[in-house]
Amino acid sequence: MNKGLTLVLAGVTSMGLAFSAFADDYITLASTTSTQNSGLFNAILPQFEDHTGIDVRVVAVGTGQAFEIARRGDADSLLVHDTAGEKRFVENGFATERADVMYNDFVLIGPADDPANIGEAQSAAEAFAAIANAKAPFTSRGDDSGTNRAELRLWENAGVDPDGDWYRELGSGMGPTLNTAAAMDAYVMSDRATWVAFGNRQNLRLLFAGDEVLFNQYGSLLISEEKHPHLKHDLAEQWHNWLISEDGQQAIADFKVDGQQLFFPNAK
Amino acid sequence: MENNAFCVALSLLLNLDASLFQIVALSLQVSLMAVLIAAVLGFPLGAAVALWRFPGRGVMIVVLNALMGLPPVVAGLAVYLLLSRAGPLGEWGFLFTPGAMVIAQVVLVLPILAALSRQKVEELLGEYREQFMSLGMSRSRMMPTLLWDARFALLTVLLAGFGRASAEVGAVMMVGGNIDGVTRVMTTAIVLETGKGNLPLALGLGIVLLTLVMLINAGAYLVGELTRRRIG
Amino acid sequence: MTSFNVPLLASAALLPPPTLRFDGVAFNQQGKALLGPCSFTLDGTGPTLVMGPNGAGKSLLLRLAHGLLSPTQGQVAWSRGGRPRQAMVFQQPVLLRRSALANLVHALAVNNVPRKTRTQIACEALEHFGLTSCTNTPARVLSGGEQQRLALARAWVLSPQVLFLDEPTSALDPAAIKGVEAAVRKFHQRGTRIVMTTHDLHQARRLAGDVLFLSGGKVCEHTPADVFFNRPVSREAQAFIAGELVG
Repeated sequence: MNKGLTLVLAGVTSMGLAFSAFADDYITLASTTSTQNSGLFNAILPQFEDHTGIDVRVVAVGTGQAFEIARRGDADSLLVHDTAGEKRFVENGFATERADVMYNDFVLIGPADDPANIGEAQSAAEAFAAIANAKAPFTSRGDDSGTNRAELRLWENAGVDPDGDWYRELGSGMGPTLNTAAAMDAYVMSDRATWVAFGNRQNLRLLFAGDEVLFNQYGSLLISEEKHPHLKHDLAEQWHNWLISEDGQQAIADFKVDGQQLFFPNAK
Repeated sequence: MENNAFCVALSLLLNLDASLFQIVALSLQVSLMAVLIAAVLGFPLGAAVALWRFPGRGVMIVVLNALMGLPPVVAGLAVYLLLSRAGPLGEWGFLFTPGAMVIAQVVLVLPILAALSRQKVEELLGEYREQFMSLGMSRSRMMPTLLWDARFALLTVLLAGFGRASAEVGAVMMVGGNIDGVTRVMTTAIVLETGKGNLPLALGLGIVLLTLVMLINAGAYLVGELTRRRIG
Repeated sequence: MTSFNVPLLASAALLPPPTLRFDGVAFNQQGKALLGPCSFTLDGTGPTLVMGPNGAGKSLLLRLAHGLLSPTQGQVAWSRGGRPRQAMVFQQPVLLRRSALANLVHALAVNNVPRKTRTQIACEALEHFGLTSCTNTPARVLSGGEQQRLALARAWVLSPQVLFLDEPTSALDPAAIKGVEAAVRKFHQRGTRIVMTTHDLHQARRLAGDVLFLSGGKVCEHTPADVFFNRPVSREAQAFIAGELVG
């Protein structure tokens, strides 16, 4: 009985120690799944840590949830791709500063045989209109994320109100949406980074890209010290500044998957 | 795909992949700690409900039974709102740490342990009550005796709780954030890899997780059988 | 619930046997009168055997006397020094999932006997009832007779002034019955007041000092053993002894 008790106490203590053995210097960064899943953070975060000794802990969720986490003061920093939303965040006083960091683009993915023939389209508007006209299956993230909002703007741009059995709103992140599109052999709009890193393509191919309206801007935000005094503002500021510094921008540019650069630094 | 997944699982295990080991260790730590805490709280709670009559006892039993089916993502959301800086317990700074994951899993496992231990203790009480009263035992004195006497059945209850904890993803994802190297456990890693379309890897991780849980259950069964034969 | 915790005394034999009195005691359940009203006094040295046909209320009477149940009417009273230390042995021995020794140690622990002395007292009791070979055996794998003797050993370590037994040998074979009856006699020799139910006439003849005869929930007769078995006073007792079905 005593032996058993000692074992249990030893186990509990070691667990307790494991839980408390964190790096002393760290910040929590709320970001999106595209930056996480593409592998960007795995590439650039070690460089930042080498430089400053700060461990960046990434919580990767949908854009809406990322904003909510930051609004509640649960994250020290925010890196998302919804410029309009970011500006509103600053206007409402939750962030003190917003900066362009990098961009990539959205791409249109679809079944290899391309029933709506969007490969021939001359513009994004034309491609979207073609899909609607063909009533080809299209899977939308439908989760009010940055990507989703961009997608809806593009439908509007094309003069189409997407509605009907062919338009399937999934309420999912980018990865799960791509999985579903692959299984349904449907069209889907994805950010390039997630697509390049995606492993379950099945019959899907990249069919259309390059239109300027498909531009996808990422921004970093400094959370307001006034609203959330408890956050690690000094460390977060180091991160924010590093991202837009020459070192950070170079690190982003250096990140490649299969020889392709996925994110293009554009800090001013 | 299935063959691929088994090969991946095997290679993961054989290579003793360092990050895999870290994820497995954290999964075990979080779930075992949660079950331990839930047992310390839940077994006496279940026994108490079995032993004492009080107003609202029936309601309590129904609620405990119902909470066994609490959706993990709901539990995660509730704990998130509690631990968030904007919430009542924000001062603790527990969010996005393994501690928060333990708390969320305790919320999930506690009803199971309490409801099932209550049922078992009530059964035993039917058998023992008169003898215990004859021996002069107060109801609080009966509690440790009943719980110890029920230990073989309670071991199975513990395994049920552990199964629930190690299998769930909704709660730990919400309050842990699936942070690489800090709060990533097996189930959230599987969700991540699935989201990246790395299905063989995801399935391989699933097989590793199942194997682990199977081993734990086998171990518990052996311990139970061996001691049962000694003690009767 | 009445308090069962009466401090353990060195030897029950030093005290005069307690007197049990039933004053108009009745027990009803769901409107039906299962027992009583009955009044009687047990003030001899015993052993008192409570007898009667099935359903007469013998078990009920025992439980009311021991305090496991409260009477619907009337009073159960003890004289000469208040409520005495008591123990009860049931028809089916109720033993914990632990060794024979551990069962006794548990009973001692519950009654706050000093930790250091528990094992020794328990071992002595096991020896006294011929159970030394079973010391570390799981109690639940013992034979019926051994289990019942263990239950008696458990009662023994509590040094009860009164021992209630509810048909303790109904489920046992003749050899086991002998062992249990010998154990009961040990209690009597030590000075414990025995109150025991049985439906076995021969057992009653072997053990009884006096007999309390019940039928249909009423006390029909309370007489010394030789009177009861040879010249029973009540019609029901006569019929019972003659072997007829009563009630």
